[in-house]
Amino acid sequence: MVTALKERTTMDVTAPSHHNDRLESILSVNNLQIFYGEKRAVNGISMEIEKNSVTALIGPSGCGKSTFLRSINRMNDLIPGSYAKGEIIYEGLNILAEDINVTALRKEIGMVFQKPNPFPKSIYENITHALKFAGIKKKSKLDEIVEESLRNAALWDEVKDRLHSSAYSLSGGQQQRLCIARTIAMKPNVILLDEPASALDPISNAKVEDLIVDLKKDYSIVIVTHNMQQASRISDKTAFFLNGDLIEYDRTEKIFTNPSVEKTEEYISGRFG
Amino acid sequence: MFMNTRSNFDESLKELKSLQLKMADEAETAIKNAMLSLLNQDIELANKVINNDNIIDDLEYEIHEKALMLIAMQSPVAKDLRRLHVALRVSSEVERLGDIAVNIAKSVVHIGDEKHLKELIDIPRMMEMALEMLTEAITAFYAEDPALAKKCAEKDDQVDKMFGELVKELLTYIPQNPDFTNQIIQLAFVCRFIERIADHSTNIAENVVYLETGKRFNLNK
Repeated sequence: MVTALKERTTMDVTAPSHHNDRLESILSVNNLQIFYGEKRAVNGISMEIEKNSVTALIGPSGCGKSTFLRSINRMNDLIPGSYAKGEIIYEGLNILAEDINVTALRKEIGMVFQKPNPFPKSIYENITHALKFAGIKKKSKLDEIVEESLRNAALWDEVKDRLHSSAYSLSGGQQQRLCIARTIAMKPNVILLDEPASALDPISNAKVEDLIVDLKKDYSIVIVTHNMQQASRISDKTAFFLNGDLIEYDRTEKIFTNPSVEKTEEYISGRFG
Repeated sequence: MFMNTRSNFDESLKELKSLQLKMADEAETAIKNAMLSLLNQDIELANKVINNDNIIDDLEYEIHEKALMLIAMQSPVAKDLRRLHVALRVSSEVERLGDIAVNIAKSVVHIGDEKHLKELIDIPRMMEMALEMLTEAITAFYAEDPALAKKCAEKDDQVDKMFGELVKELLTYIPQNPDFTNQIIQLAFVCRFIERIADHSTNIAENVVYLETGKRFNLNK
């Protein structure tokens, strides 16, 4: 599976597997720098992202956290003038390398955005669209994946009787869970979430948060959030970014009870930002 | 570089701290008055201490209400959260100090105007040491000074030692002075109450260290 990531490599890499020990890394970031033209948005950060855990990225606007998140599945490639130095090692490969197959990478490292962005299609087709593109055509297989993905996204019971209705008929919270279902239908290893609950009402927000915690048994999750309480409720580790630097990265419990760096304390307790 | 974005919350924390200091001041005064009432056999002052305890109880209630409200409304984390946790714990310690003043005052009432068997010398000395600890604990709390807090707690052993010796001595008087049994027992109780003042002061000191470092220390070993 992973060899498809690199079009011109013969490197033999063992296929990724789920359910590994918490402390094992899924991503190793080494001296990552990200530029938008002349401007450097991320200043050489290094960190390990743990497998089957939720990693929260926090920090004030413009601190580089979303830029970093987007670099993990090469979304920054879409921004003219943007480029990265350093490494993000995934399954033994530097995913920043030019010869990485970005489409294959995004199958393994999926992303959910701030605003729910379902396709203007039915609920069913929102899930099957990419699957068909990936070559899965058999109706029974598609049905099976649709049900499994919607169940895993805690949406099945709410939509099972109207799978062929427009995705736009769903509430904002349901649309966001559909986007998560669409992402997990591709069986990624890593899910990137960019403020996934910021546009949702409190009940939908709570459902999405519960879902994220449930999903970590099967996926490694990295989430950008401006909501400190959300980071503290759902994440295992928290990384605090400021002005493009990684200021502190530790167990979430430590960050929110007794951080080691004064700037982290000031930020999480709302003294600036 | 960054403006303080939580001035209202900071203002509320300041108000909470002044309430805590007011409560500590009330408790300290109550203990001093209880001791004066013992030395001077001043029943009126002892009754005043007993009747005024509700002021301290009310302050504890007010502090708990404010701290819980801030926890609910302000989502405190890290030192802010510890500060509110410590406000709850320290106010409970201070409330117990108020109760100790009442207990001493009740012993004074029990002894009444019966002439003291012998002049009270060691009990005031022990009280002086316990009060010194209390003052240091409160000062450390006010200044958020863990070094002073630790210094305060170091004296606890001396108070404990003095308590053991004094009670032992007091009990030896009973066989020769059976008519004074009630007074001797009450004075032994007072020694126990003073020893508890030192313990509560140490607990306050431990909370100061926790507030500053986020780590629990048992200073009472």
